Amino acid sequence: MKERSSGRMRAPRSFLAVATAGIMALALTACGGTTKDSANSGGGAGAASTASANPNAPLKEGIKLAFLPKQINNPYLTLVDKAGISAAGEYKGEAKEVGPSDASASSQVSYINTLVQQRQDAILISANDPNAVCGPLQQARRRGIKVVSYDSDTAPECRDVFINQAASEEIGRSQVKLLAELMDGEGEFAVLSATANATNQNTWIKYMQEELKKPEYAKMKLVKIAYGDDDDQKSFQQTQGLLQAYPDLKGIIAPTTVGIAAAARYISGSQYKGKVVVTGLGTPNQMRQFVKDGTVEKFQLWNPNDLGYLASYAAAALVSGQITGKQGEVLKAGRLGERTVGANGEIVLGPPFTFDKSNIDQFDF
Amino acid sequence: MAEATGTVRGKGAGAGRFVRWDVVVTALLVAVFFGGVGISPDFGNTDNLSFALGDLGEIALIALPMTLLVVCGQVDLSVASVLGLASALTGWLWNAGWAFETIVPVVLVVGVVCGLVNGLLVTRLGLPSLAVTIGTLSLYRGLAYVVLGTEAVSQFPAQYAELTTTNVPGTPIPYQVALFVLLAVVTALVLHATGVGRALFAIGAQEDAAFHAGIRVKRIKLVLFVVSGLVAAFAGIVYTLRYGSARADNGVGLELAVIAAVLLGGVDFDGGKGTLGGVISGVLLIGLLRNLLMLNDVATEIQSIVTGLLLIVSVLTPRLAGVVRERRARRRPAAAPA
Repeated sequence: MKERSSGRMRAPRSFLAVATAGIMALALTACGGTTKDSANSGGGAGAASTASANPNAPLKEGIKLAFLPKQINNPYLTLVDKAGISAAGEYKGEAKEVGPSDASASSQVSYINTLVQQRQDAILISANDPNAVCGPLQQARRRGIKVVSYDSDTAPECRDVFINQAASEEIGRSQVKLLAELMDGEGEFAVLSATANATNQNTWIKYMQEELKKPEYAKMKLVKIAYGDDDDQKSFQQTQGLLQAYPDLKGIIAPTTVGIAAAARYISGSQYKGKVVVTGLGTPNQMRQFVKDGTVEKFQLWNPNDLGYLASYAAAALVSGQITGKQGEVLKAGRLGERTVGANGEIVLGPPFTFDKSNIDQFDF
Repeated sequence: MAEATGTVRGKGAGAGRFVRWDVVVTALLVAVFFGGVGISPDFGNTDNLSFALGDLGEIALIALPMTLLVVCGQVDLSVASVLGLASALTGWLWNAGWAFETIVPVVLVVGVVCGLVNGLLVTRLGLPSLAVTIGTLSLYRGLAYVVLGTEAVSQFPAQYAELTTTNVPGTPIPYQVALFVLLAVVTALVLHATGVGRALFAIGAQEDAAFHAGIRVKRIKLVLFVVSGLVAAFAGIVYTLRYGSARADNGVGLELAVIAAVLLGGVDFDGGKGTLGGVISGVLLIGLLRNLLMLNDVATEIQSIVTGLLLIVSVLTPRLAGVVRERRARRRPAAAPA
């Protein structure tokens, strides 16, 4: 056993040496060097498109395009991609969906490179990380492959266009419109949000408050913004708390899929069912039972079928040279009609889609 | 290099009469390569191969110290978490305005400390490395989230980022592959041509015997864990630059890919047997096979099943060969009990 202890004593010294070397290296480099301020954006310049669009160019036939979702078997994105693939049938293109089984930041990268090798005409991506996919997407673009981001954007310089499901302003304003319709334009209501610092939620709430300034909402009063932290239990309790604190409460908007389901669950099992309006942003599968039992009359989200359809047409229009992604160009998107390319190559699908008893069974996500 | 195989013979006589698994894996690799070239026109071009090799960069790097660890009967499951912590730290310090040249040594020192913690827990407290590193896997990943949360930091200096995405000028060889080759040669020499290497095999085969033969078992293990931490932290920096995104969740699950490659390469998980050449073949086989399957649009689930089966076969075949060997040996009257 003694021999062992002599062996033990030596090890730390070598580490001390390593540590010292490390600290010395640190000291040597501490003065001067490449810092965030001195390094001028490592993202690289985007492949600025100089091509001009020909809005009258016909859609090419036999376009090869691939949808790369955040993760395969994500029910929502599967629906989007399926719609996009069947849209490709309308213009005689060949579309497919490939993707990683995990939604980690980097797992999409090897798929992008494979798609480049397969010489696809366009890659449609819902990005797990706006920057991790950037390098390979730029390589793809340098080889003439068009890149469309949808659902979740990449850094703008790494794609030609971004298909945004709904603009923040439209979401905020249309939520208020919907609530006003359901509450007959009068009464107290509350907002049940996710976390207090969730960027998207706060933007929507800001536009809700803007919309409320219009005279037609004079009889509606926002009494409280509660936060359920996107936690089912907490959102449930917040709902309970709201109804106790505000006995005259007539409505709740929950612009979060967790919040709306929790609020609906509380209301459906309480005396407030049928008296308090619940609406917001939710998914049909979560909300189906509450729509059927009458707790929730209408709620919103976007229509994933239309999202995939639009993305598919955008890819085809890019490949065919109808658009290049510049602001002001017009995208002809089959049955959806026309959409104009906005700033930063953003194309907005449109106002959120309203789900109710009549259409909810057409959706599975 | 007479003992180039590095196999400690004694667990069964006449091993040479059987084809060794690392040779089988290398043969499989060659078969997949030429088969791939035949099947898919996009597979054999330099662009694709250079990308496929570059994509293996971090796994290949970490597999080097992992091979040494597994040969001496240890394992380090915390490597991917150290990678994530290194990535998170790189991002955090970069955001804080540190010079990149300063960040690198600091992050490497943190990697050394992570390895040191693993090594000390294993050697001082005598805990099994599997248990210790399952713990630190969680611990280091947790720290990564403490450092950076769910934020993603990007825009690292272009001159360093390029090193991870470009090839050595005039060749289709990515820089990280060139570096890997260099380190692999060093590791192979250490494992197969030095006293330290022989000591590793001895520890893996019979730790007590090795100790009584005067090998500084604990010290060697400690150093290996530290090297493993250091390499994982370095891989974390490479990963961050290559994807241009520092995140706390970078490399989640990567430890399994590394261990899969080591096992596929024919290193015995119980220690004492294996070759670095086999591991390198294992890394390449998994990488090229996956690339080939992806090029042919084979579904992700099937890709996963194929690699899983390959792994099971790789662990099973040498075992079966061992059983056959033992039976034959028993039949011979002169055979001494192992």
